[in-house]
Amino acid sequence: MSADMRVNIAGVDWKNPVTVASGTFGSGAEYAEFVDLNRLGAVTTKGVANVPWPGNKTPRVAETYGGMMNAVGLQNPGIELFCERDIPFLKRYDTKIIVNVCGKSPEDYCAVAERLSEEPVDMLEINISCPNVKEGGIAFGQDPKAAEAITKAVKKYAKQPVIMKLSPNVTSIPDMAKAVEAGGADAVSLINTLTGMKIDIDKKAFVLSNKTGGVSGPAIHPIAVRMVYEAAHAVKVPVIGMGGIFNARDAIEMLLAGASAVSVGTANFHNPGVTMEIAEGIGRYMEKNGFKKVTDMVGIVE
Amino acid sequence: MTDNNRKKEAAIIVSQEKLADAVYSMWLKAEAALFARPGQFLSMYTNDSSKLLPRPISICEIDKEKKSLRVVYRVTGENTGTEQFSHMKEGDRLFILGPLGNGFPCERAKGKRAFLIGGGIGVPPILELARQTQCEKTQIIVGYRDAQTFLREEFEKSGETYVATEDGSEGVEGNVMDVIREKSLEADIIFACGPTPMLRAVKKYAEENKIECYLSLEERMACGIGACLGCVCQSKDKDAHSNVHNKRICKDGPVFLSTEVEI
Repeated sequence: MSADMRVNIAGVDWKNPVTVASGTFGSGAEYAEFVDLNRLGAVTTKGVANVPWPGNKTPRVAETYGGMMNAVGLQNPGIELFCERDIPFLKRYDTKIIVNVCGKSPEDYCAVAERLSEEPVDMLEINISCPNVKEGGIAFGQDPKAAEAITKAVKKYAKQPVIMKLSPNVTSIPDMAKAVEAGGADAVSLINTLTGMKIDIDKKAFVLSNKTGGVSGPAIHPIAVRMVYEAAHAVKVPVIGMGGIFNARDAIEMLLAGASAVSVGTANFHNPGVTMEIAEGIGRYMEKNGFKKVTDMVGIVE
Repeated sequence: MTDNNRKKEAAIIVSQEKLADAVYSMWLKAEAALFARPGQFLSMYTNDSSKLLPRPISICEIDKEKKSLRVVYRVTGENTGTEQFSHMKEGDRLFILGPLGNGFPCERAKGKRAFLIGGGIGVPPILELARQTQCEKTQIIVGYRDAQTFLREEFEKSGETYVATEDGSEGVEGNVMDVIREKSLEADIIFACGPTPMLRAVKKYAEENKIECYLSLEERMACGIGACLGCVCQSKDKDAHSNVHNKRICKDGPVFLSTEVEI
């Protein structure tokens, strides 16, 4: 008998605990050539704002040892084109749709949440942790009071469960997780990227046009596991774990640390089919280790 | 709906040789050859797990019968992924994703006088382009730093070939634009790949002379398939996909009509 991979995240049933990290997968259309989207628990879209954003100048990406940096700056087509084009595309598949929402002000976030309230999407993930934009983004994600306030504001407009995406660039993950829970968050996801810097020693200049960028990939995985563990012990709402998951082993670590589901990001760039392999690998591990349900694994390493 | 039939492929190295200082030529046996067009590229992965991102490398030659592709690439420095490629041997396995990108619209050149322009490590994709275009007049203009004019003999078999070198050691001293001026060459269509300053000069020349011109652009990439938005260029008009003035070099390009991009 095959393992029961189903999870329930804030009232939404996923067929398995594997989704993708926002920004690494577009809205799924490009990856659909490589991945059977029906085999993912959910697709998490690239962040979308109330109006189109052009993003930062290039270079926007750089490789680092065991990872990469990006400073895309939340380029997105705006919520109207997203609703017209990207949601209907994803609706063709049997997977849950999580829309990542970004904004420069509380009003921006609320406008997107309100616009999505009548759309056939399953969950909203609120990005208060992007290190690559000057306004908004991380400004709401580094102060517990601001994070609680933005959560409350968005919850007034959102019809779908709200996942608050947390930044690792804070002193205390438990404080941030508790703040958004107090604000009414239905789930938390973490970690977003760690702010980093890379210098080209030949050109004697920053590699990224934005000077700094978000570091991701396997190099940051142990930091993410620690933070997921801390968040899972701080709040009652489900935790979606991400940060450097490269294979099924890394995903299983997250589940054992307390994540109810996992998001795969940078690894998609290394192997576009990796999400399917990770879902399969979790299933094999469960069978080998006698777990009947994936939920039986969550947080058992205390 | 389940059109998820593409995947990373284990290519086998058929041969590898050094063509010039830091410039290598590699033939790969890969299914990707069956679908490749001139001007497309491969995402090439190292076997080093600390280097996760693929290197976008342009396709230099396509041999569908032998199911093989040739890439000619530059080693960009010590401890780089391209340096690792250069150490690989016949029979070694190398993962690739591709072919990626749109490629040159060869059919536009049919019956026309064409400039096929390459500069530096932008020279290699011009070779397969020269083989496949059916121009009335194929004028290949290739620019190099010095006398190490790699692929020159192969170009000479494919069309009228003009060489520029920065140090004047071969052909015209200067760049590809100096060749066009000095030899009073004329064209109805232009294809070009090379460093940005060269592409800017070609774009200006083409627009001043109202010549249809296609440029192959380059940028640092991550996904290579249009999802991550790492490698955008500025577009003249609002792009239909991005809904802003950005186009994705990996997916919408790397080849663009000169008038649709700002470089």
